[in-house]
Amino acid sequence: MPVYLDHAATTPMRPEAIAAYTEAMGVVGNPSSIHSQGQQARRMLEEARETIAATLGAEPIEVVFTSGGTEAINLAIKGMYWARNSGARRPRILVPGGEHHATLDTVEWLERAEGAEPSWLPLDAEGAIVVPDGIEGSDAALMTFLAVNNEVGTVQPVAALAEVARDAGVPVHVDAVAAYGHLPLDFAGLGVDALSVSAHKIGGPVGIGALVLNRTSTVVPLIHGGGQQRQVRSGTQDVAAAVSFAVAARAAEAEREAETVRLTALRDRLIHGVRAAVPEAVLSGPEPGGAGGARVASNVHFTFPGAQGDSLLFLLDLAGVSVSTGSACQAGIPEPSHVLLAMGRSETEARSALRFTLGRTSTDADVDALLAALPGAYAQASRAGLAERSPRLGGGGAGERA
Amino acid sequence: MSGGVDSAVAAARAVEAGHDVVGVHLALSRMPGTLRTGSRGCCTIEDSMDAQRAADIIGIPYYVWDFSERFKLDVVDDFIAEYTAGRTPNPCMRCNERIKFAALLEKALDLGFDAVCTGHYAAILTDEDGNRELHRASAWAKDQSYVLGVLTAEQLAHAMFPLGATPSKAEVRAEAAARGLSVANKPDSHDICFIPDGDTRGWLADRVGTSTGDIVDREGNRLGTHEGAHAYTVGQRKGLNVGYPSPDGRPRFVLEVRPKENTVVVGPREALDIAEVAGSRFTWAGMPPADPATPFACEVQIRAHADPVPAVASVTDGELVVRPDVPLNGVAPGQTAVVYVGTRVLGQATIDRTVSAVPA
Repeated sequence: MPVYLDHAATTPMRPEAIAAYTEAMGVVGNPSSIHSQGQQARRMLEEARETIAATLGAEPIEVVFTSGGTEAINLAIKGMYWARNSGARRPRILVPGGEHHATLDTVEWLERAEGAEPSWLPLDAEGAIVVPDGIEGSDAALMTFLAVNNEVGTVQPVAALAEVARDAGVPVHVDAVAAYGHLPLDFAGLGVDALSVSAHKIGGPVGIGALVLNRTSTVVPLIHGGGQQRQVRSGTQDVAAAVSFAVAARAAEAEREAETVRLTALRDRLIHGVRAAVPEAVLSGPEPGGAGGARVASNVHFTFPGAQGDSLLFLLDLAGVSVSTGSACQAGIPEPSHVLLAMGRSETEARSALRFTLGRTSTDADVDALLAALPGAYAQASRAGLAERSPRLGGGGAGERA
Repeated sequence: MSGGVDSAVAAARAVEAGHDVVGVHLALSRMPGTLRTGSRGCCTIEDSMDAQRAADIIGIPYYVWDFSERFKLDVVDDFIAEYTAGRTPNPCMRCNERIKFAALLEKALDLGFDAVCTGHYAAILTDEDGNRELHRASAWAKDQSYVLGVLTAEQLAHAMFPLGATPSKAEVRAEAAARGLSVANKPDSHDICFIPDGDTRGWLADRVGTSTGDIVDREGNRLGTHEGAHAYTVGQRKGLNVGYPSPDGRPRFVLEVRPKENTVVVGPREALDIAEVAGSRFTWAGMPPADPATPFACEVQIRAHADPVPAVASVTDGELVVRPDVPLNGVAPGQTAVVYVGTRVLGQATIDRTVSAVPA
């Protein structure tokens, strides 16, 4: 089996979540049906909602199931934007530059299609969102930000940002997809309006997530239909996926503190080992135990000067180690990390990035396997160099150019 | 693996020949189109998915490697610059020379691979001393040795063309179907991949603009107006916008494009006849002959789909001079003259000078 160091992309489903999923799929009944079988399905669904709400410090009524994190984020940002712009004009969206594409592309779509005006909040060199001293809120539709940066692992100043927004009367959405299962999340305590999570990042199934939506907050729905889930998200509810999600959520929350201790040690071993194996490598994001902010226990992210991230990924894959360049792909084309660019790193650096992310099944042996393969991969990828160099082979035609 | 049938079958054959094969799709555009339109195109997300599915069926790993920046610099910008200079480039050739067998091959060698294997229809043979030679494919109708004529001995040493001995494209399609490859009946790509609608003139006009200029005859008499000299190629007959009929009642052809004067010169067909072509920086596709400066018998081919013409050639200090036995028709500077002896590709040069068979 290859060594899996890409838990931030998706993490293995928990066996108990698989068992709960398959068992629940055998239950007949639409939870919106009035008969007894429908009521039975409804009961399973609502118990799952209660379990998930408890892991998030939220009321069950506030948990709106979606198809995943991306839909939850779209619903929060578009839905709040539209709600805030009905009757009043509030075009501004306060958003940091290093967000996940689910946020960036949604905001940029609103800019093109609806005349939204993004105010991009800066990141510092560690990837932390710089908390503004105060904001002018009268023309702002919402503020949205990540709780943990999914690429470089920076734990964001969620409470401080939420407070600034609250003082200005601006609703807040927190993208907690990368934080869920790793950091304590207290929706009520934060006092934010909306918060997005996804099941498959915590050992639940792909295809279900949730938007936690304060009962006093309003969003315009993306999906219209049967009026399920407070009329916010129509469509027959997926009982089996919700049940499986709840099992994963309960397990993740139960082991969270112990796992944080275990993964922090593993992470620091990995960071130390990469530096020993490749002294040129530069850690992105906060230094563990450093003077700066906190780093999530599951994330290690380095840039490797002189090598392309996709060459390293390929060579490590051949060596049986699954890692990520961390940035988005379209048709498999790696793009320079927009997070690193927002942190002030160069495009060349942003193309030389690799992300190693740990999870429930990660072991010392996984880290050892990576560290054994990395020096050779780095040496070879450095020979292949960077994409922008001019080729050496071929002397024909009009080929001799500066 | 482009996502087409040829590279898929080539990959499958390489696996069967015992090689350790990895499928690589070249990302050549930063903004790939989503779907193929009609039969055209490469570099779309759909093509990338087709290539991936072919790799799945063959059972090999698959990656996308990004050469979009190099492709823009070495192929697209070169194409624009050549047209702007009044020359007629062949971007597929430039891509083979600079991308597939240079940037890609170098990266592959550096990452531990031995060769780049493609679905080109061409053959690599070995002489008695073990030197590699580039030859035409068995299927002459599909032969692509012309666009590979830019390869040097070093590049040929790391190239594999498993389709070279295949009798026909139909056989490749049948083999793909037998192997369960869904691309078996995918239409051939043609034209220029980065101009998906095939409208080269419109594509160039969008990038270099248009400026009105004169269409003149060989004596310099003004016959009409054009909307950008770069849109014309030597030998072109259609779209000249000059009054009909010509004084002698015969059709007129583009004889020359003068970008500096923004002038297009037209004249009768026989004025296109070329008695000699020359080009500098000749490259040898393998071992050169002992004394290439002494004129030798060969065939010359000046377009991908032109017939080879018997000729006498010499190469002196890297300059190729070719005198065809019968005049060549419609030769434009910027085209590539590929020199063959029988089925073997000797090498090539970009044409930078022509001598008319019929002095004005």
